[in-house]
Amino acid sequence: MLRVSGLAAVRGDRRLFAGLEFSLQQGALLYVRGPNGSGKTTLLRMLCGLVAPAAGEICWRGEAIRGRCETYLQQLFYLGHLGALKDELTGIENLRISASLAGREVSEEQALEALQGMGLVACEDLPVKFLSQGQKRRVALARLLLSDAALWILDEPFTALDQLAIERLQTVMAAHLARGGIVVLTTHQEVAITAAVMQVTLGIRRA
Amino acid sequence: MTLVGINWFKYSSPASFYPLAGRLVPWFFILAVALALVGLYLGLFVAPTDYKQGEAYRIMFIHVPAAWMSMFIYVVMAIYAALGLVFNTRLSAMMASALAPTGALFTLLALWTGALWGKPMWGAWWVWDARLTSELILLFLYIGFMSLEAAIDDARRASRASALVAIVGAVNVPIIYFSVQWWNTLHQGASISFSNAPSMAATMLTAMLVMTFAFWMYTIAVVLMRVRCIILERERHSDWVAEQMAAGR
Amino acid sequence: MWAVLRCLFMRDLLLAVRRMADVLTTLFFFVIVVSLFPLGVGPEAETLRTIAPGVVWVAALLASMLALGHLFDSDFRDGTLEQMLLTPQPLSLLVLGKVMAHWVVTGLPLVLMAPLLGLQFDMAPAALPILVISLLLGTPAISLIGAVGAALTLGVRGGSVLVSLLVLPLYIPVLIFGAGAVEAGISGLGAGAHLSLLGAILVLALCFAPLAAATALRISLE
Repeated sequence: MLRVSGLAAVRGDRRLFAGLEFSLQQGALLYVRGPNGSGKTTLLRMLCGLVAPAAGEICWRGEAIRGRCETYLQQLFYLGHLGALKDELTGIENLRISASLAGREVSEEQALEALQGMGLVACEDLPVKFLSQGQKRRVALARLLLSDAALWILDEPFTALDQLAIERLQTVMAAHLARGGIVVLTTHQEVAITAAVMQVTLGIRRA
Repeated sequence: MTLVGINWFKYSSPASFYPLAGRLVPWFFILAVALALVGLYLGLFVAPTDYKQGEAYRIMFIHVPAAWMSMFIYVVMAIYAALGLVFNTRLSAMMASALAPTGALFTLLALWTGALWGKPMWGAWWVWDARLTSELILLFLYIGFMSLEAAIDDARRASRASALVAIVGAVNVPIIYFSVQWWNTLHQGASISFSNAPSMAATMLTAMLVMTFAFWMYTIAVVLMRVRCIILERERHSDWVAEQMAAGR
Repeated sequence: MWAVLRCLFMRDLLLAVRRMADVLTTLFFFVIVVSLFPLGVGPEAETLRTIAPGVVWVAALLASMLALGHLFDSDFRDGTLEQMLLTPQPLSLLVLGKVMAHWVVTGLPLVLMAPLLGLQFDMAPAALPILVISLLLGTPAISLIGAVGAALTLGVRGGSVLVSLLVLPLYIPVLIFGAGAVEAGISGLGAGAHLSLLGAILVLALCFAPLAAATALRISLE
């Protein structure tokens, strides 16, 4: 489904990686590892199409993503370092608006359900700026429950989460993989998922 | 693709353009100096004295070619910027960056000589004539381009962002020029205007054209020199640059 | 497709309502700048009447330009802008929605305030409607053109000063025709030509500025 060949990245003056190749089928989880600054975030943003690669190609269902941007973006869900939440809006408003921007209609009940699915109760009506870091993260992750994207690209999704939330997220990811979705993620924590786990490690110098 | 036995696309890579540019620079400088001498001789000695403006009008032989060059360079810069943005070629972006300072210099020269002309003509160091005002705005466009490029650290983002500025500016230049003309004719009579220049004797026109070519050759020489520096700076991590540095060139 | 534009437009209006300070600062800047001129030039009524259209227009330009910082900045900093680049909707449409909301919040108050400031300068009452119409046509064009500058300077050091350097030369035609319309109205020549040209600039800006700003956003978020 997702195939990457000969990918190279240059950031400023540094060459981050070159000749990267991998292929992901339905139900696969790709775990991108590497030390800080090795280009993990750059790789994820390249997979989203935000950054043009210095060399190489990324193909989704056999077609290069550069040409077929709209169809690819419809099946893509990206969660970056920043939570993509507006501070002045409540959790429910944030969820409904990001769904509308992605082209889906989400009712208030569905948004409430998603928040509860991530373990958030009794703070749905507070503007997000009054929530703690962990709670903000849960709101950002609640978007996952409302999305029907096939490909999830998550950049350090477990930051600021407590043990309960981590387990919840792992359950959600497992369900997604069982439905035939693909997950690409970076994290500094160990991920306990029983699925086809592939690893790509960046930042290694080849002799 | 070969044309007259030369593979043109070979020179679109910075590595092969660098030595070519180095070889061409001295020739263009020689041409520039030669044409400038001819042009100045024609302008200062051969062209007749104007019956209205006396000798002071001779500054026109620098002012008009400088103004023409400033506009021409902006267009060429915008074209290179567009090529770099659309086709993602590094050398086009470098050429656009190399052209900007020379273009700004000619704009400044045009403004300064315009002021020097204005003083004996109308007793004021600056007049809000349509052409001088347009030149001033062109200077702002050049400075905007250079400032944006200087302010962004990532070289690739800097050249792409400033390329967009150049293109947007180029599209707006006709609109700005037209609106400034409009503004000028509505507010003042046609008395103060550089377009009331003396009707051209043939020698005057020849002198101006020669000076224009002299400036053009100078521009090419200086831009080639500057682009060599930019190439070295942006490609400094590649192997061929390391070899050049080792060879001491 | 238009539903997305409306959604973003309403979202930005909602955010502005919850962050009223941004709205009001632009308006007060406008008023203060206009009030500085009599202090600098002297209070003779005749002088003030002559410079009034130009002063109001320049102050409106500067106030609009100052407000450009609010357009993309907060979305850039909290990651929502990135998400906008990842929606399947055309980015120029999203930009248009944001700029429209931005104009309603920062430009429209200027248009409404302008007649009062005109009166402060003892402008002929016949000229006041022309002032309002010229600003009504000009301020959206300013917001659209300014959006391109704001998109290019996202996250850059000294961004706000740099934006003014980039964008003020492009504002000059709008200024010339806008202030010119009011002066033509005062002198009895009829402002029709100026206002038509302003309208033409607005249409051009509507067609091309969102595209340019979308390209600039992609460049800035690489």
